[in-house]
Amino acid sequence: MTPHETQAASRRTFLKTSAGALAGLVISFRVRLPAASPITNGSPRAKLPAPDAFLHIAPDDSITVFLAHSEMGQGVWTGLPMLLAEELGCDWQKVQAKHALAAPAYAHTAYGMQMTGGSTSTWSEFDRYRQVGAMARTMLIEAAAKQWGVEAAACRVDQGSVVHSDKKLTFGQLAEAAMRLTPPTEVTLEPPAEWKLIGKPTRRLDSALKVTGRAEFGFDVKLPGLLTALVARAPVFGGKVKSFKADAAKAVDGVRGVYQVPSGIAVVADHFWAAKKGRDALTIEWDHGAGASLSTDALRAEYRAMAKKPGLVATTAGDAAAQIDGAAQVVSAEYEAPYLPHAPMEPLNCTVRLRKDSCEIWTGTQFQTPDQAAAAHIAGLKPEQVTLHTTFLGGGFGRRANPACDFVAEAVHVAKAAGAPVKTVWTREDDVRGGYYRPMALHSMRVGLGDDGLPVGWHHRVVCQSIVAGTPFAAVMIKNGVDGASVEGVADSPYVTDMPHHHVELHSPILPVPVLWWRSVGHSHSAFAMESFIDELAHAAKIDPIEYRRRLLKKHPRHLGALNLAVEKANLGPATKGKGYGVAVHESFGSYVAHVAEVTVTDGRIKVERVVVAIDCGVCVNPLGVAAQLEGGTAFGLTAALYGELNIEAGQVKESNFHNHPLLRFHEMPKVEAHIVPSSAPPGGVGEPGVPPIAAAVGNAVFVATGQRLRRLPLRLAK
Amino acid sequence: MKLHVNGREVEVSAPPDMPLLWVLRDLVGLTGTKYGCGIAQCGTCTVHLDGQPTRSCITPASAVGDRKITTIEGLSADGSHPVQRAWVETDVVQCGYCQSGQIMACAALLEKTPKPDDAQIEMAMAGNLCRCGTYQRIKTAVHRAAELIGG
Repeated sequence: MTPHETQAASRRTFLKTSAGALAGLVISFRVRLPAASPITNGSPRAKLPAPDAFLHIAPDDSITVFLAHSEMGQGVWTGLPMLLAEELGCDWQKVQAKHALAAPAYAHTAYGMQMTGGSTSTWSEFDRYRQVGAMARTMLIEAAAKQWGVEAAACRVDQGSVVHSDKKLTFGQLAEAAMRLTPPTEVTLEPPAEWKLIGKPTRRLDSALKVTGRAEFGFDVKLPGLLTALVARAPVFGGKVKSFKADAAKAVDGVRGVYQVPSGIAVVADHFWAAKKGRDALTIEWDHGAGASLSTDALRAEYRAMAKKPGLVATTAGDAAAQIDGAAQVVSAEYEAPYLPHAPMEPLNCTVRLRKDSCEIWTGTQFQTPDQAAAAHIAGLKPEQVTLHTTFLGGGFGRRANPACDFVAEAVHVAKAAGAPVKTVWTREDDVRGGYYRPMALHSMRVGLGDDGLPVGWHHRVVCQSIVAGTPFAAVMIKNGVDGASVEGVADSPYVTDMPHHHVELHSPILPVPVLWWRSVGHSHSAFAMESFIDELAHAAKIDPIEYRRRLLKKHPRHLGALNLAVEKANLGPATKGKGYGVAVHESFGSYVAHVAEVTVTDGRIKVERVVVAIDCGVCVNPLGVAAQLEGGTAFGLTAALYGELNIEAGQVKESNFHNHPLLRFHEMPKVEAHIVPSSAPPGGVGEPGVPPIAAAVGNAVFVATGQRLRRLPLRLAK
Repeated sequence: MKLHVNGREVEVSAPPDMPLLWVLRDLVGLTGTKYGCGIAQCGTCTVHLDGQPTRSCITPASAVGDRKITTIEGLSADGSHPVQRAWVETDVVQCGYCQSGQIMACAALLEKTPKPDDAQIEMAMAGNLCRCGTYQRIKTAVHRAAELIGG
């Protein structure tokens, strides 16, 4: 955990920075930014402005927790308030959450900018939100002690009240008095043995909003005079508008204007339908540029050719090549994964209202700080003149965390051109064809096995576009030319690093297809390659694949803990013809996940019948939420395992919508049984780690059921 | 045109080809019904027309006529409909974007089939996508809602 510096704001400061005056206790807080923040890299670090609120206790006893992170389904709306409430000692029924406005005070405690990603929200806020709760509790107790003329140490909190002998005052009754006190500079946090909320299955706080249609997503934002825009973007990545005719579009009833913006041609209208008809009526001549010849089939061949040549070294030890050449048995294979769109159910959108000295933005984003800076740049304002409201995100999965700030920047351009408040929205087709995909990847592996069947040398080449090359993140995330995200799950795999002789290389081709982190990033393809290949090695060594992993992972108790729990709970029966079991275990984002998949194959069709998944995520804050992420992560991974692929031909993406880019459907969802390894280790990530191992577990089960080893995603049996 | 939405009559001026989804969202101001695909593939836009689950994204508002439209906002004023209560109890939602459509599909199913088995649930819900993968909890919640309705 990072060192914290706790401070509280003066009430006056808070009132100045909040939309309306709040009565009661407001706890604000600031955290020291790490020196190397990607977003301030190269420029002097901005002085912190006045801190903002993390907690508001109102006189009516209601408690509002302000979230530094975005709720996109992963559960921060519930998990972060649980951390705070654990220390505050309030009545959980009185707690509600709200997204904080974008502000430096909400910078990620490890990354120095306001953002949500990398499965980091729980561990990075584990101290900060508890400290806020403890600060407030200390002040409320002090306020009560003063009022009663007793020692603070003789008072205690109980379900939202401070209590001393027969005296009792609620937090709401004490809030005003507490606000006048000097905040403590140090607080003591409850030891784990005293935790009442952390570890307790707790229902989500956003359910009531989300089952009634009242939850406001970016797509739902309403403003007086708000117009809707759709943008016609280049059909080929990197293409530019050569010329366009807008007469027919402008003639559509409800269309207010047609404007050229850097990303294409924007049609601004009274509502979505007019904007769509207007956009359909545009005639645009495009200069496709160099991307026009791109084809994913050709690219796959190029990747395979590249993998035959040396790349940049990601990690190396000993002499892998010599060990492999002298090995009793050599196994080699190539594994492939395609481009994938994130396909959140809520297509991208962003609402912008520009005024002379201000810019107001409403959007579901994972990247508040970069988006705010990008908007300021385009609007000719300072970042603090841009007010960014985070709405609920109808799924994020990484797509709403874009260093290029594409959907926000474009919306600011559109609002600027239109001279009116505009909501720029994307259709599903725009989403599928709009780029920023999980990069296509190839893993080429060659491993020598000793007489005992265990590896003696590991040689591995990855071909994968860099996600951060050319962005401000490159300086901190690319080391010696190697983007760590391209080789994560390989270069740091215990199978590789435990071996005295290993060698991992990377090729990072530069292509016009925009790529981005996609739920579990590099692990989404590396776990498929590694855990399928380990299975191949086990079969080559004639050792049971579970036993093989146990031997290789004997120095890694947390891998083994997850694997053993999943295997035990799966209670595997014998494989029969057309039915198989497969396992996989993988560490990502500080957590360890094992999947056991039970698969049947009928008439060449793969059906995943049942999945047992176990996680060691360290301290588990909300078991109900962790189980949800494991169920959801498994479903997300199954879509990629069974269906997900984007094909590009002559520069154009062939898939466009859910009819030709299917997602896992209701009747295809296996029974998923989620289990949590009890642990007191520091919390790890939960949103992503449930994705990586499932594709390999399914592929390994298919091998058992059919004898076919599937080395390419999505998994397809030979006809 | 006149529409009957959630028990009241609304007068809107819309082109005849404008889908009911956009009339509800952009003209009537009921944003609980969501856009996901525009081609009846994902079910996020599901509303009831005289109780029948309908994809509002491909249904021209002009074709609705006298049929009574129920949206998620009309299912209950306060989330007290048994399906909504079952959803909360089961902790179904994640991002929540598809859930209006899921809930409307489930409410329509239970009107016709008060005690559905797993296969009937799968059949009725197969047209509603959820990218977060909440299907398993939805199935549990459908059974729970059936219990709540059955008493």
